[in-house]
Order: sequence, then C-alpha cells, then structure tokens
Amino acid sequence: MTQLFEYAPAPESRSIVDIRPSYGLFIDGEFTDGTGPALKTVNPATEEVLSEVAVGTEEDVDRAVRAARRAFVKTWGPMRPADRGKYLFRIARLLQERAREFAVLETLDNGKPIRESRDVDVPLAAAHFFYHAGWADKLEHAGLGPAPRPLGVAGQVIPWNFPLLMLAWKIAPALATGNTVVLKPAETTPLTALLFAEVCQQADLPPGVVNIVTGAGETGRAVISHPDVDKVAFTGSTEVGRSIARTVAGTEKRLTLELGGKAANIVFDDAPIDQAVEGIVRGIFFNQGHVCCAGSRLLVQESVHDDVLAALQRRIGTLRVGDPMDKNTDLGAINSAEQLARIRELAAYGETEGATCWQPEGELPDRGFWFKPTVFTDVSPAHRIARDEVFGPVLSVMTFRTPDEAVAKANNTTYGLSAGIWSEKGSRILQVTDQLRAGVVWANTFNEFDPTSPFGGYKQSGYGREGGRQGLAAYLQGEHQ
Amino acid sequence: MSDRLAVRKTYKLYLGGAFPRSESGRTYEVHDAKGHFVANAAWASRKDARDAVVAARGAFAKWSAATAYNRGQVLYRVAEVMEGRAAQFAEEVAAGEGLSTGRARAAVDAAIDRWVWYAGWTDKLAAVLGSTNPVAGPYFGFSVPEPTGVVAVLAPQRSSLLGLVSVLAPVLAAGNTAVLVSSKERPLPAITLGEVLATSDVPGGVANLLTGDAAEIGPWLAEHADVDAIDLAGAPAPLSMELERSAAGTVKRVLRAAPEEPDWTADPGLSRLRPFLETKSVWHPIGV
Repeated sequence: MTQLFEYAPAPESRSIVDIRPSYGLFIDGEFTDGTGPALKTVNPATEEVLSEVAVGTEEDVDRAVRAARRAFVKTWGPMRPADRGKYLFRIARLLQERAREFAVLETLDNGKPIRESRDVDVPLAAAHFFYHAGWADKLEHAGLGPAPRPLGVAGQVIPWNFPLLMLAWKIAPALATGNTVVLKPAETTPLTALLFAEVCQQADLPPGVVNIVTGAGETGRAVISHPDVDKVAFTGSTEVGRSIARTVAGTEKRLTLELGGKAANIVFDDAPIDQAVEGIVRGIFFNQGHVCCAGSRLLVQESVHDDVLAALQRRIGTLRVGDPMDKNTDLGAINSAEQLARIRELAAYGETEGATCWQPEGELPDRGFWFKPTVFTDVSPAHRIARDEVFGPVLSVMTFRTPDEAVAKANNTTYGLSAGIWSEKGSRILQVTDQLRAGVVWANTFNEFDPTSPFGGYKQSGYGREGGRQGLAAYLQGEHQ
Repeated sequence: MSDRLAVRKTYKLYLGGAFPRSESGRTYEVHDAKGHFVANAAWASRKDARDAVVAARGAFAKWSAATAYNRGQVLYRVAEVMEGRAAQFAEEVAAGEGLSTGRARAAVDAAIDRWVWYAGWTDKLAAVLGSTNPVAGPYFGFSVPEPTGVVAVLAPQRSSLLGLVSVLAPVLAAGNTAVLVSSKERPLPAITLGEVLATSDVPGGVANLLTGDAAEIGPWLAEHADVDAIDLAGAPAPLSMELERSAAGTVKRVLRAAPEEPDWTADPGLSRLRPFLETKSVWHPIGV
C-alpha cells in the first residue's frame, strides 16, 4: 500500500548519549572489572556493536551478593524509612532529568521506537520510583501487619523487552521495602541498567544497595541460586520461569514470577470499530509485540469480523516500520537475531497448519532484524500461533458468536496474564471481566500500565504482583500474613 | 454391657459429593495411638486423585461464582453440623492422637471455631486485599482477589482434625475447590468431616477428601496440569522438595510446609488465604 503521506525523516539525535566502549559490573557502588569474558551488545536496527559488557561469573555474583548483604545489614536496613524514600525520590527525579538520554540509549540497545521509549518506558520507570518512594515510610499501612520486615537480599533477573522499565518494576519495590538488590539485566539489553547504575551513584545511594551484574543465562542462574539470596524475582519466559521455580524448590527463598502470555483481545459487535482497531494495533504491535501481555489473540464477534478486519488491515498499512530513532516510526527492530528466528519459525507454523497470513506491502531495511506486522486469519484454537507465545508482531484472528463462547475461547490457554474487552456496554464489560481468568483486564484500551495498578498473571503466566499495595507483599514478611 | 451387635462402619472416600470406595479396591489398617486396630480405611490411589481433580474442577465455576455471603453461610453451616457431632470427633481425635478427652475436646472446639472464623472472612477479602487504583488516565482502576482454582492439600500428619480444618477451610473460604489427602495414620476425623461436609450445603466436588498416603498421591497431584496450587503442610521434608520441584512444571502456587508441624491453635491471619488468591486488575473506561 502506498503511504497516504510521505514523511520526511525526523531522526532523534544520539549525541546525547555517551556509550563507553566497554562496561564492567556495578558492585558495591563502583564499576569493577568482571572476572569472565565480555559480551557484545548490538543495535538490532543496524547490527552495529554498541559496547562490550562484562559477563558476571559465579565469583562476581558472590561479590555482588556479599555487597548487598553488607548494605542490608549496615546501611539500608537500619536506615530511617523516610530516608530510604528520599533516595528513591532522588532516583525518580534523576530519571526524569535524564529522560532523553535514557530513551535514546534504550532505543539504540533494544530497537524499540524512540516514541515509545520516550513516552512510555522512561516516564513509567520514573513513575514507579516515585510511587514506591512514597511507600517507604508507610509500610505499616500496607495491610501486612503492624511492622512488616524486609526479606533481605533480592536477586532479580529481567528481560530485554522493557529493560529500564522492568528494572524499575523490580528495584523500586525492593528498595522501598528495605531490601537490597542484585539485578541481572538481559544479555542483549544491558546498557540502560548500567546507566541506571550511574544514576545510583549520582543519587549517592549507599554502596551495595543496588548491584548490577550483566551477563547471560549462566549469570542469571548464579544470581537465583546463590545461597545468600532471600528473594528471587524473575520476569521472562514461562520455560525459564519453570526452571527457576525448580531451582528455588526446597529452599527458604521467596519467589515471584512474571512469565509469558497469550492474551485474548475480545471485540464485541457494539464496539466502536475505529477505536477498537487502534486498541488492537496497540495490543499487538506496541514494542514490536515483545510484550508478555500482548493482545496476540484477537477474538472478534462474527457479525463485525469483516468490518474489523478491513479496518485493521487499512490501519496496519499506515504503520511505519523502520529506523527506531525516527520519531515517526511505529514498529522498530526485532530485538535479536535469535528472537527473529523464533518469530519466523512460529509464523511458518501458522502457514503450514493452514492459517492465512497477511502482511502489508513495503520494504524492510537491509540491515538489522525486522519482521512486518502480520495478521493470521482462519486460525483454529489448536494452531500453534493460537497457543504459543510468539513475542513478536503476529496477530491471530478468531471469531465468536456469544459472550460465553468468547470467554471460553479467551480462557482456553495455559496462560492468564491479560485480556482486553471492547464494548460500549459497561455492564457487559464487567460481566465478561469477571469471567476471564487473567491478571489484568483492559476495557476499551490495551497495554496500559501504572505503578498503582498491580500487575501479574494467573495460571502459567506466573505468580506474585508488581505495583500497587499488593505488589509490596512480594518483598515483605508480615506476621501471619 | 448391651448384648446388641454393633453396626460397624465402612470407611470410604469423600469424592464429588459421594462416598465411593477407592477404585483400586485397596484398604489399609488404621490403629489408634496405642496400636489397637480401629478400622480399615480406603487407601486412595492415583486414579482416585485424578477423579477428585475432575470433581473439583467441575465444582469450581459455581463455588467461585457464589456470592461471598453465600460461601460464608455454607462454611458457618459446617461449624454448626460439626458442633452436633463434636463427641464423635473428640473420640476419634483422642484415640488417634492419644489425647485426653479434655484435650481432644479442646481441639474439636478450636476446629469448629476455625470454620466460624473463616466463614466470617469470605465477604471481607475483597475489601482487605482488593483496591481501587488511582491510575493516571481516564479509567476506573480496581483490583479484586479471586480464587486460584483447584488446590491440592496435603493435610497435616499429626493434627488430624484441627490441622485438617486449618488447611481446608481457608482454601474453601477463598472460593477454591480442594482435593485433600488426609493424615495417613490418623484419617478418621477426615472421614467424619467428609460426612459433615456432605450434610452442610457444601456443593459436591468443592471439597474432596482422600484417605491414604500423601507420599504416594502427592506426586500425582503436584504434577497434575489441572491443579493450580498445592499446600504441602503434610508432606514430609524430603518429599516436600520433590513436590515443589514437580509443581514448578505447571507453575503451581506452592505453600511450603513449615520445618516442624506448627501449633495449629495460633492465629493464622491471612497466611493460608493469600497463597490461594490471585489479584485481577481491571481498567474500566470512564467517559460519556
């Protein structure tokens, strides 16, 4: 499809960030050399190597955990709660002040459109720190008893899809509740976590309260299995989540998991179609579909299926796929060659299993990792593209006739992270919401996040919540609570 | 002594609201604390456990959708019916746990009171654990606690009634359905409790009580794909780790066992309710 309008490029400048040629590990308040080899982190839009980052070994992780334990015992634990809160307020403010720098760096390292890192990732990360800062001296009101206590050292492992935001979801509640942290960012997106380490220094956060140990799977395993880690928090795939739960079994460690999803986005026949189409696009193409709560299964009431699909395809035809640093870009790069291969593999299953694939016309850049926004119709609930999490810009469309059928199909998954409902009727929204087995339900919107709103899954999408009063429970022990 | 010949009871499982024998046909001998033969109990098998999961899953939709007020009334009714059979429970607890009549009766009283306590929780959970969320946007944001689903419960091995009620009642109060494996050596209070549940308006399938060996049935429940959570209270330590590891395969919620069986008379707070509740956060549009 030819574009309605041609856009002049509107590139964001990368001059605001100063990427060092190599980074060490942030342990005990300082950047230190790792004892292992380094890994290269690349810009997935250009395949350019951005920097070399240390791979934390077991020995490095042990150093980080010991630093975190010392800080827990000596500084952070005994500190006045109000002061802990003030440190978090400082961090929130620094994130806001350096927002543009974080946004540019996130987009370079991750491949997501600058518009999203600028308008979503970074502001929400700051909001999470701001929200939790306020909790630090009010924990006795959190519903966990009169004097809830921190757990100790939290080992946290986060994914590559929202590198800074997931860091904020992990670190902000852990620190607000008086715990100290060893965090391992994802292998392919370590840079904003390392810039965050600088922010911790700038905020004069006591050494050891936050430790950032970069690396891949082995480093993550060392973090979660370290005997002096009291709490493990993981966001990532269900497969890795299962193996972490196995590792933690039989220990005293507390565990929360935020895993995969295969969310249903249900469009009823009374929904305003244009608004719903915007929500469908936001649901599955936001962040290239690298979203655990992505609305990857579109359930459309049969009577409006053709209209919705036509409007959806028209809208997708206007999406701009390409340079993530261009402020007009809607879909950026797939985060890694590995993830691109997985998306291609699952999309290929879609066709061999009998679904019909549709993609808009248009060229993709020559270099980098790209996948066009893709819509599968004629999808059966048994198809892999209707069951497996693709974690890419791939939508599977199915239909339903009655609300009961919509609910049955929506719940027909081992996951239960999120769901969407599109209807003009409030009573119907609430009725269907009540029946959906999912941790977050969006009505006439999708992929909205807020630090006051607890987020997390049912079923195999994990357990524990992040955000809100409920999220604090993951990092506190109360009496009989 | 009367010369009337006693009518002896056949001890069976409580499954799907009925009292079947184990499909395996197996039974095992139950002895009292002094080692005297008391009864032959049904020795539940893997198949019984799977049947119980089917029954529990089938009962979940209705029980979880019942009003909180209704669930509270049903649980209170359990306490009422238990009260009428307190003497029988006391006799079974005394014999099985080797307690004096007075201490056994105290355990029964505490167990009855625990049902009353949990009956009063059903319509408070949403207020205490839920929230309205002041999200930065034109949405009414709220979070509600919802039951996790089918919960497998390995009941305590020592405290055969108070421990049993302490682990079963919270699961039901939260709106879950349960598949419970009783204390192996002391199953009689669980069998009698099944009879109480059957006559207390608890819908069939909501609570399924299996007598037998947690070490045998536990592994099947821990890996069962249609079980959402497991309470390991009655699992011996080495098994407990195995079960937790196995439960990881389906991302089950696991309530770990304390190293030693706890003092069941202590105030449980929310410690046995929280693990079997999910939080659903809803974004409802605001606009005209």
